[in-house]
Amino acid sequence: MDAGPQSASPTRRLILLAAAGFGLTSFAAPAAATSAAMEEAIRALLGEAAVNRGKVRLELPPIVENGNTVPLTVSVESPMTEADHVASIHIFNQKNPQPYVAAFHLGPRAGKAVVSTRIRLADSQQMVAIARLGDGSFWSDSADVIVTLAACAEG
Amino acid sequence: MARVLINLPARAKRGEVIEVKTLIAHPMETGYRVGPTGAAIPRDIINRFVCTYNGAEVFRAELFPAIAANPFIAFFTVATESGEIAFSWTDDHGETQTEVRQITVE
Amino acid sequence: MKVVALALLAAAVAATAAEIAPEDRRSGYEFATPETRAMQDDDNANPGILGVLQGEALWTTKVGAADRSCADCHGDAHSSMKGVAARYPAFDPAFGRPVDLEQRINQCRIQHQGADPLAWESADLLALTAFVAHQSRRLPIRVRRNAELRPFFDQGGELFHRREGQLNLSCSQCHDDNWGKRLAGTVIPQGHPTGYPVYRLEWQSLGSLQRRLRNCMIGVRAEPFEYGAPEAVALELYLMGRASGMLLETPAVRP
Repeated sequence: MDAGPQSASPTRRLILLAAAGFGLTSFAAPAAATSAAMEEAIRALLGEAAVNRGKVRLELPPIVENGNTVPLTVSVESPMTEADHVASIHIFNQKNPQPYVAAFHLGPRAGKAVVSTRIRLADSQQMVAIARLGDGSFWSDSADVIVTLAACAEG
Repeated sequence: MARVLINLPARAKRGEVIEVKTLIAHPMETGYRVGPTGAAIPRDIINRFVCTYNGAEVFRAELFPAIAANPFIAFFTVATESGEIAFSWTDDHGETQTEVRQITVE
Repeated sequence: MKVVALALLAAAVAATAAEIAPEDRRSGYEFATPETRAMQDDDNANPGILGVLQGEALWTTKVGAADRSCADCHGDAHSSMKGVAARYPAFDPAFGRPVDLEQRINQCRIQHQGADPLAWESADLLALTAFVAHQSRRLPIRVRRNAELRPFFDQGGELFHRREGQLNLSCSQCHDDNWGKRLAGTVIPQGHPTGYPVYRLEWQSLGSLQRRLRNCMIGVRAEPFEYGAPEAVALELYLMGRASGMLLETPAVRP
């Protein structure tokens, strides 16, 4: 199993993103090609809306010892007031059997838009986090993770 | 009843933003693993986690098979008043486990 | 790819193995990533602690024909079990050979509680073992090295240094000679049993030292020891002796 992320030529990446309906200036080109399932899931969330880069920080270890338990923290800059807060954060992955990881629903009572959890990654891949603010706008971040194989496994 | 670990302060100042850490024992069977007979082991996960503060929902998570076994979820909430903070985990069978903690807010 | 890597390693290593100097010994904790270490360090986030809590509940549960709990004889585990895991495997005069902690717990169940033994790697046995071993956390490993245990230490040492399996590798070749180097993306640790039962990310659950040793043996394509086999316990005894003075971390988190 390859340990490194797949690379696609820049032209192919841009065509894929354009076909997925993303504004090219608003979604920075990822290091690896986004999969169709992830693109579709993201499109289902966004509808016709554009997604902005910024405010969101998706933290994952760049190299992971074991894909079974990978710590993830997502944070969104926000005063978390009634007028300006994060309503939800959605996490997607590129290469697991399905694109959804989790959806967190917050609101002004959260105080801070920071959530941590542990996820499973089947392979080295890209992760995407999209936050929906109270005003209906979408903001995103992405991160690439390399998953290494355990030596001396059971099977 | 699955084992649960919940960490949050017992006391806080009004308006303070407190961190809550939760951990529950659950295999989170993805549905993609193949058993010894070659048949897929059916999916069986916790798919929903809700935190309420004196009855009002302050945090909710929808979970998918990509969440690791023994799900760990840490988040923040504002200490608004004294009372009960309740945590509920619901699995694919529709069964819910709820744990309650008290908080004193000065 | 993994098989090729191991085969190359097998071909490359020297025939004689050198022991690790006592001052150079490091726990597997030091070879884990910062994220894995963070998972272990926080008792509110360490998944192994869920097993310890389960064990704590089992400690006071009455079982068996005698309708007795561990607490009925041993009282508060925090005091009565302190230091126990640090000196296991221990010699059992009734068997004339050492037994490990899991076997000791099952012996108690049979003899004093009139209950059936718990199956190896069952959630309950892992939980009880983790709970007992947790009472020795941060204590130094101190298995007794007396005359009656000598032959079993020697047997364990012989097993540790013996080449085995289709890949024809000994424990010593990886864990004495090549610790710190990488194998299939993971850093090879020194193989000290400082945190058992351990929450292994690969297993997504707690597991015993014997399970981990079986994994290693399968990894070099050797026939693994049966659970509870005397050779398995002799090897555990040798490993604990090799780790003498190192601090217990149960429940540790490892990749």
